[in-house]
Amino acid sequence: MAETIEHQPAVLRHRQRGRPGPTRARISTFIRRHKLAPYLLLLPALIGIALVVLWPLVQMVIFSFQNYGLPQVTGALATQWVGFANFTTTFHDPVFWLSLRNSVFFAVVVVPLSLVVGSVVGLLLNRLGKKMSLFISTAALLAWATPPVSGAVLFFWMFSPDGGVVDWGLSKMPHWLVGSTNWANYNWATTGALPAYTLIALLVIWQAFPFIAVTVLAGLKTIPAELTEAARVDGASPWRIFWRVTLPLMKPIYLVLLLLSVIWDFNIFTQSFTIAGLANTNEYNLSLYIYDKAFTFPPTYGLGGALALIFALILLVVTVGYVRSSVRQGALT
Amino acid sequence: MSFINLDATRLPPPAVAAQPRSRALGAGRARTAKRVKAVSLNGLGLLIAIVTLLPIFLMVSTAFKPAHEIYSLTPHLLPSHPTLSNFRQVSSGQVTGGIGSVWLFVRNSFGVALVTVLIASLLALLGAVAVARFRFRLRTTFLIMLLIVQMVPAQALIIALFLDFKKLNLLGSLSGLVLVYSAQALPVTIWMLRNFVATVPKELEEAAAIDGATGLKIFWRILLPLVAPGLVATSIFAFITAYNEFIVALTFLGQSHAAYTLPIFLTYFFGQHGAAWGPIMAASTIYTIPAMIFFLFVRRRLVGGLTAGAVKG
Repeated sequence: MAETIEHQPAVLRHRQRGRPGPTRARISTFIRRHKLAPYLLLLPALIGIALVVLWPLVQMVIFSFQNYGLPQVTGALATQWVGFANFTTTFHDPVFWLSLRNSVFFAVVVVPLSLVVGSVVGLLLNRLGKKMSLFISTAALLAWATPPVSGAVLFFWMFSPDGGVVDWGLSKMPHWLVGSTNWANYNWATTGALPAYTLIALLVIWQAFPFIAVTVLAGLKTIPAELTEAARVDGASPWRIFWRVTLPLMKPIYLVLLLLSVIWDFNIFTQSFTIAGLANTNEYNLSLYIYDKAFTFPPTYGLGGALALIFALILLVVTVGYVRSSVRQGALT
Repeated sequence: MSFINLDATRLPPPAVAAQPRSRALGAGRARTAKRVKAVSLNGLGLLIAIVTLLPIFLMVSTAFKPAHEIYSLTPHLLPSHPTLSNFRQVSSGQVTGGIGSVWLFVRNSFGVALVTVLIASLLALLGAVAVARFRFRLRTTFLIMLLIVQMVPAQALIIALFLDFKKLNLLGSLSGLVLVYSAQALPVTIWMLRNFVATVPKELEEAAAIDGATGLKIFWRILLPLVAPGLVATSIFAFITAYNEFIVALTFLGQSHAAYTLPIFLTYFFGQHGAAWGPIMAASTIYTIPAMIFFLFVRRRLVGGLTAGAVKG
């Protein structure tokens, strides 16, 4: 007994004053002996994550193999296992392929564009004078801070046919460029997938480049000046220094930026829901399609679950890459 | 200007004969070329900044424009007769589809975001202490689980969440949102706080323990003040997550207008009165300005904090 007290000053004090009582002391001894402290500390967070992410994830897998819908929720009909029927239905639905195409094309175009714009701004911030850098980074910060819904409403209006500045600007352009009076009533949001997603792409790049720029800038600051200096002394052009010295050193940062951008741009919902909406299936992406299956009457939760599962599996491939690169960078130590 | 000085210091010493071309051009021409480059780089920077600011500028200036200027055939950058009428209309709630004043939704949004910050920070701090201070069996599993959970989009879970929260009777209320947002913020906030906890020397805590401080006292008096900067970073993250969140609020709140958060109010208003651009831009400005002030206020921590969460765990 004396030995235990010696290692546990807190308990010792309790015993001497005799205030919190022996039960509490016994509990804390129990926690120490069985090394329970980390588990107890993690428990609240774990319960939260389990309740809001892990359990719903399990449920989605279950739904995807059931005929779960409104009659099953109210109890009017019994829930039945339907095997892969939801998946077969999904793969035979042309709207699924259209949504998948829109999601993939969007990510394939927007990810490289936002990385390039972000990198150019990051390089400029590294290069320009203090005042200019402050001005640019403040502008970028404001775009970054704009909530997605505000940005979506704002861009919708800028590109709208009634009083939008973009159509006005385009119609004033010289004829040999793109100028034409047809622009005056051009409705970007409802004309089809291409104009709608062009508009959404501009919005997403506008909001995403600041994060990429500051991350690239933070990476550039870690590159020792001697390295680029040495290359310069050897007569390398700035372009060559960038490709041969800077970029290879920044590879881990770019890998993470690439993976995060792919996930964000493939997921896009807030902007596509606000701008494209559910009116036109041509303008669906995977997120909108899931939402439509689940929340447009009559709800088909089974189909929605199957879709969510397909969606999650596609993202899992990217996530595995993200986890692997994090582990390789020693993030788990 | 400073960038010219900076470039001058980077010039190779003249003794090095590595750049025959610039030597052939002569010193004067080299200087001109350098100036042209500096001017064009600054020009590019200026252009990017202006293009980036333009949408925000248009939003705010339209919020102050009277209706006839908004629908004029030639748009102007600045309102020629600035008015508060748009703000008055959204404030009184007369144009918002009869669901209430914009200030009700400001209150809802701030309430949800602040409670989310409190809950997420507390739970994340406990979790961060566990993974930073202890070596236990499931530690690595837990950390990898956090990385994966962080990547699961809300769209993939929304059906199950909706049905579960319906059963719990938490759909049309702000408390349901707080629960979801707090849990959603946890993976990133635990990652971020973990690094801050790890930098607090263990010896400090041990010294306090020897002096007879209880675990709780060590936590309040030693750990908490030292990880305060980390808590600021995680609070920013949790606040922004909750303030911007859309899909969960959209599905959970449904027709419960009184519980709408600002983004749901804005899309509802936009859907009902698609052409009332003046009041819509006024509401959008009211929603956006606090977020911008918040970002400017924390700009230093933002970069460090977010990259700490995203780049190097």
